[in-house]
Amino acid sequence: MTDLTELGVAAIRDGVAKGDFTAVEVADAFNANVAAAQDALNAFIVATPEAAVEAARATDAKRAAGETLGKMAGVPIGMKDLFATKGVQTTAASHILEGFKPEYESTVSQKLWDAGAGMLGKLNLDQFAMGSSNETSYFGNVISPWRRPGSNAPLAPGGSSGGSSAAIAARLCPAATGTDTGGSIRQPAAFTGITGIKPTYGRCSRWGVVAFASSLDQAGAMAHDVTDCSIMLEAMTGFDPKDSTSLDMPVPEWTANLSADLKGKKVGIPREYRVDGMPAEIEAIWQQGIAWLKDAGAEVVDVTLPHTQYALPAYYIIAPAEASSNLARYDGVRYGLRDLPDGANLQDMYAATRAAGFGAEVKRRILIGTYVLSAGFYDAYYTQAQKVRTLISHDFMGAFSEVDVLLTPTAPSAAFALGENADDPLAMYLNDVFTVPASLAGLPAMSVPAGLDAQGLPLGLQLIGKPFDEQGVLNAGLAIEQRAGFAAKPEKWW
Amino acid sequence: MSVDTATVAKIASLARIQVNAQEIEAMVPELNGILAWVEQLGEVDVSGIEPMTAVIPNQQRLREDVIDADPLTGGGKRDAVLANAPAAEHGFFGVPKVIE
Amino acid sequence: MTESTYRIQGATGDWEVVIGLEVHAQVTSNSKLFSGSATAFGAEPNSQVSLVDAAMPGMLPVPNQECIRQAVRTGMAINAQINKWSRFDRKNYFYADLPQGYQISQLYHPLVGEGSIEIVLDEKDPENSTKTIGVERIHVEQDAGKLMHDQHPTMSYVDLNRSGVALMEIVSRPDMRSPAEAGAYLTKLRTILRYVGSCDGNMDQGSMRADVNVSVRKPGEPFGTRTETKNVNSVRFVMQAIEHEANRQVDVLESGGTIVQETRLFDPNSGTTRSMRSKEDAHDYRYFPDPDLLPLELDDAFLEDCRGSLPELPDAKRHRYESDLDLSAYNAGVLTADVETARWFELLLAETAKAAGKQPAEVAKQASNWLISELFGALNKLGTSLEESPVTPEKGAELLALVAKGTISGSAAKQVLELMLETGDDAGAIVEREGLKQESDTGAIEAEVDKVLAANADKVEQYKAGKEALFGFFVGQTMKAMKGKGNPKVVNEILKAKLG
Ligand SMILES: [Mg+2]
Ligand SMILES: [Zn+2]
Repeated sequence: MTDLTELGVAAIRDGVAKGDFTAVEVADAFNANVAAAQDALNAFIVATPEAAVEAARATDAKRAAGETLGKMAGVPIGMKDLFATKGVQTTAASHILEGFKPEYESTVSQKLWDAGAGMLGKLNLDQFAMGSSNETSYFGNVISPWRRPGSNAPLAPGGSSGGSSAAIAARLCPAATGTDTGGSIRQPAAFTGITGIKPTYGRCSRWGVVAFASSLDQAGAMAHDVTDCSIMLEAMTGFDPKDSTSLDMPVPEWTANLSADLKGKKVGIPREYRVDGMPAEIEAIWQQGIAWLKDAGAEVVDVTLPHTQYALPAYYIIAPAEASSNLARYDGVRYGLRDLPDGANLQDMYAATRAAGFGAEVKRRILIGTYVLSAGFYDAYYTQAQKVRTLISHDFMGAFSEVDVLLTPTAPSAAFALGENADDPLAMYLNDVFTVPASLAGLPAMSVPAGLDAQGLPLGLQLIGKPFDEQGVLNAGLAIEQRAGFAAKPEKWW
Repeated sequence: MSVDTATVAKIASLARIQVNAQEIEAMVPELNGILAWVEQLGEVDVSGIEPMTAVIPNQQRLREDVIDADPLTGGGKRDAVLANAPAAEHGFFGVPKVIE
Repeated sequence: MTESTYRIQGATGDWEVVIGLEVHAQVTSNSKLFSGSATAFGAEPNSQVSLVDAAMPGMLPVPNQECIRQAVRTGMAINAQINKWSRFDRKNYFYADLPQGYQISQLYHPLVGEGSIEIVLDEKDPENSTKTIGVERIHVEQDAGKLMHDQHPTMSYVDLNRSGVALMEIVSRPDMRSPAEAGAYLTKLRTILRYVGSCDGNMDQGSMRADVNVSVRKPGEPFGTRTETKNVNSVRFVMQAIEHEANRQVDVLESGGTIVQETRLFDPNSGTTRSMRSKEDAHDYRYFPDPDLLPLELDDAFLEDCRGSLPELPDAKRHRYESDLDLSAYNAGVLTADVETARWFELLLAETAKAAGKQPAEVAKQASNWLISELFGALNKLGTSLEESPVTPEKGAELLALVAKGTISGSAAKQVLELMLETGDDAGAIVEREGLKQESDTGAIEAEVDKVLAANADKVEQYKAGKEALFGFFVGQTMKAMKGKGNPKVVNEILKAKLG
């Protein structure tokens, strides 16, 4: 029998439906991988093997009864620990939420369960999704399953959805949810040789997802390939009246309309993404991507996004500002950690609780956000950043008046070693240089694995689409996927 | 604009994060590094540009005025609301005594 | 427009008081501003709290259309600018009654802009004592929860039932110059809100609270530094707070001190204000647009619907009572001061006209006088209100029609009202039972008159000779013969005719 954990979403779902294997067999196989890898990779904060088996049993029973099966029937997945899961600890990888068991289920996770998916566990992440390397989790670093040849140095799985990316790459789950605020799905996908898509802002409900920066946060799908991402995305998205920013639009049939034929399509290459000091290998893979898309029938043209260089600084004002306010609710009153020193009054309790509960990067961003919003600075920082954001959005609209989709590298480098950027927040922030602009403009964007660097580490290419045009992104991604034939896997050492 | 120790202490107090002198010392250069970097935004000519209000052009939906229309956003669930409270007392959230 | 002459006499001369009010009015709605939980007053602690109100991680706000509609209608009622594009901002601060760590409010783009309210300073002379108070804005925001301090020796208890209830913050211009003007403004605002139906105006349940901004200055000088006394919850307390605060400020200034811009608390027991320790913390609310919400854009159809649903407002109603019903300015003012009184009066008027077979305008004076001097007086004595009156407008109309038709006399009517209030019985039944009906039948009265005139032929002679004072004697004799139940008007008429 084949190793079921080598299969992706479509293969598992179809195999279960056909009766090649049962959903419970699939769940058992992944549960075993999760357990075996936990000490080495630390991808999960909480494993929920019973939940996976229970969902699998339900699928098997439905199939036996001849009932229609959902889009994700029989597929066990990992749930980033930013999604509230009823009765299962939800922490955002922060001490301040340790032990918190929501009395509610996030809309996105509920949709996935309704589609027949089962939960293998809650995936580790950067604390409150703030980070690009998964080094800010209270529950320890996630270790990438990838290694440089001849080295045991632990590598970053990317962040903030680093638990998700590591778990998929290591075959602990065939797919996982991610959330992307400035690149947190795409950059970890690129680092680990998997595929990840963030849809248009508003496609996935934010209800029940621990907020980092509300105007940027968007859930998405992470899996081995474009088709699997497309299937999962269909199951996750859809209008939610509980989220004011949710798009009241039907969910397109992305999977049924997947096509790698790009004849008549124009692909834009934004010249400003050619940044100083970009490694030659990144430039090379980008050129390779251009060639593949041409081969698929697309016309490739240069476009300009003049305000690109300002995206990252604008992001590092807007995201911390929103975060400083979104995280004010963690105060030790209604849930989570409470630190009440002897003789402390209410305000002392807040300060002690938040000092003990938040990690260093979270505090840093809260302080930046508090500062840029404070009296006298609001216009110079926040309003200016939101104006620049408008300009960045205009840049994209200008480009999209000429082209259908944009192709860029996903990240400026392959995965780095843990600790490499830990002391320099700015160096860490620069990891998101290619992913942040699309986030600021709310655009659908995805990373597909394109090849390996000289050290044998995965490199990803990013596709950015027009608002609501996930199909264009998926199709271009599929064209690259088919031509790249990326089949590299981390060698199992855990 | 750059911050000094007094400013960092003030921001931390506004943000209700207890910090000691040592932590403040460490934060000053870090925050100044980040602030100096984001201040390049000042170069951008934004005359006539509106700050972004909705990333995907969209307007606010309004809800019907119906009590508990959706159980997920309705009331009448005191136990659920108090379930994770560090100090739930007699149906209330307990906090250190506040003197107004 | 009248100029206030209210001054505080200090050692250094007269001081003028400058007052602005920020009124928080709870919007009448079934559910909260951003969640579906109920708003009813007096529920068990934390029983009307949703996961959204408790600010659980990942919870999001979705605005209630009714709250927006009511705020727009309120704005229209004070002739204010309605902003078709507005949005919500977050006001960030930490407090135990504020679960999100911020209040969703509107700073930069409020729903309602500039408007005004006309107040009357002398009810006896409303035409000549009006003053217009500017309203700067009305914005919509969330209420906070409630802290209880007296249930535990070392803890305060938090009840989030009010958390997230919709408020309108109605911000006046600093246009008031005396406690009386502030009192009149607050009273008039309450009247308007109750007419519009956007707030029940129930100040003792906290449905309306005022933040009172007070400063003092020498007349003609620029504004002084103001203090803000929070959450004052009655008209009387607002006036007391102003009086105390203005005098305190004068004392401070005259003894060489300066006024600190601060938040103060009113103590209703002593009628004084004091500095609020817990909110001393530097006010840096870090307002910014709430990224969980989108701009609120109102279309013309929505605005038309709001406008179309507005009732006749108190000023218009008062003027109509004066012009169409010919009521005195005072009566018109009293009857329109509260929406329930006006509603009661209009029912009474319609029913009375119907029962008496007359036009409303013909019975308006009778009805208004009776309501104001008879019923209000009687209810007052009983210590009850119009809403709880056992005499309904229908029952009152029956009584008034009996008077209008001459079935009973005016003095009998007073007696009937007392019995109605006592027993709850209808006027007709009481009149019947007590034998209070007066005789209006001309035939019967004529017969009695004839008897009286025949029995007093000598006096008739004298009358005819010019002793007109004797008319009263004939009336008296006739009434006596009819045991006081003759309709005096008819008796008069017949006597006049017979005596020539
Ligand atoms: Mg105010
Ligand atoms: Zn307010």
